[in-house]
Amino acid sequence: MSEWRELATSPLACVLVTLLGYRLGLWLRERTGGHPLAQPVLVAIVVAAAAITLADVDYATYADGAWLVSFWLGPATVALAVPLHRQVRRLHGMAGPMLVAIPLGALVSMLSAYGLVTLLGGGEELALTLAPKAATTPVSIALAEEAGGIPALTAVVTVLAGVLGAVAGPTVLTLARVRDRRARGLAIGASSHGIGTSRALHEDEVEGAFSGLSMGLTALVTSLLMPVLVWLL
Amino acid sequence: MLRGLTVLLACQLLGEVLVRLAGLPVPGPVVGMVLLFALLQLRQPEDHPGSASGTLRAADVLLRHLQLFFVPAGVGVVAYVAVLREEALPITVALVGSWLVGLLVVGWTVSLLGRRAVR
Repeated sequence: MSEWRELATSPLACVLVTLLGYRLGLWLRERTGGHPLAQPVLVAIVVAAAAITLADVDYATYADGAWLVSFWLGPATVALAVPLHRQVRRLHGMAGPMLVAIPLGALVSMLSAYGLVTLLGGGEELALTLAPKAATTPVSIALAEEAGGIPALTAVVTVLAGVLGAVAGPTVLTLARVRDRRARGLAIGASSHGIGTSRALHEDEVEGAFSGLSMGLTALVTSLLMPVLVWLL
Repeated sequence: MLRGLTVLLACQLLGEVLVRLAGLPVPGPVVGMVLLFALLQLRQPEDHPGSASGTLRAADVLLRHLQLFFVPAGVGVVAYVAVLREEALPITVALVGSWLVGLLVVGWTVSLLGRRAVR
């Protein structure tokens, strides 16, 4: 019995269930002709969450095993320099708009998350947990920890904000009449970090490049503004 | 491919080192991204197609599956089902609401200011 248990909680099983869920997500995206809801990340989370619940494996054990997958988030973030490098000519004339828009976006994102939680009776700890969620996971976790939120819950809501952007970002921007690929990319990266960027890259190379850039800048600006916000509130 | 991965990991490590040395409040991989961007700009791959293309290829492979690397963090949902259910209203409204204002503020601001920028 215990040897089966050992196998179910091994990195082999944890990585495999993650990859299988992701493959199913890729397959669904292809089958549905790129339906916005068929985001591989969403399908994979549902599959892996269901699998570990059924197998009665706790999250900490799964996360230890699946660390082999999350490790690649770092090098993949570095890799975002490549689409940007390819689109560097389109950066021309964007420095000004970006310098205004990204800090403004980070500020309204943090303040509105904090304000809405507090308004709806969620308490200070929960408000600080949600405030940095527009930054990419490693950053939002560190910021929540520093500010007195619940870092592991921040990781979850950050991923959910990313999934929201991957599912609905492009549609909402089209409805809001934001047509410039650069503006669309910057907006998605600013609100939905790497997961949104992944969808943006799938939509259009320019959109993806600007989304990656925006994700990096938002992480930077959020890191600088979050301590100020905590000090003021 | 292997050479490309080595370049990506080296940029990340260098980013982590710089962050620690300077005490920057930024994640190492983001600094690594800036370093790689500078490196690619300086190098002008047209002159060295062979050496740079490995990095570009490795980057393309990782970015094609960028979503995958967030899955383990997302599965953390199972550990917080109770909190998420108990505080469903503030969490959902704050998450969706602040996501939406962040998206629209950046999208509209850039569109508005970018219109005057050189095309």
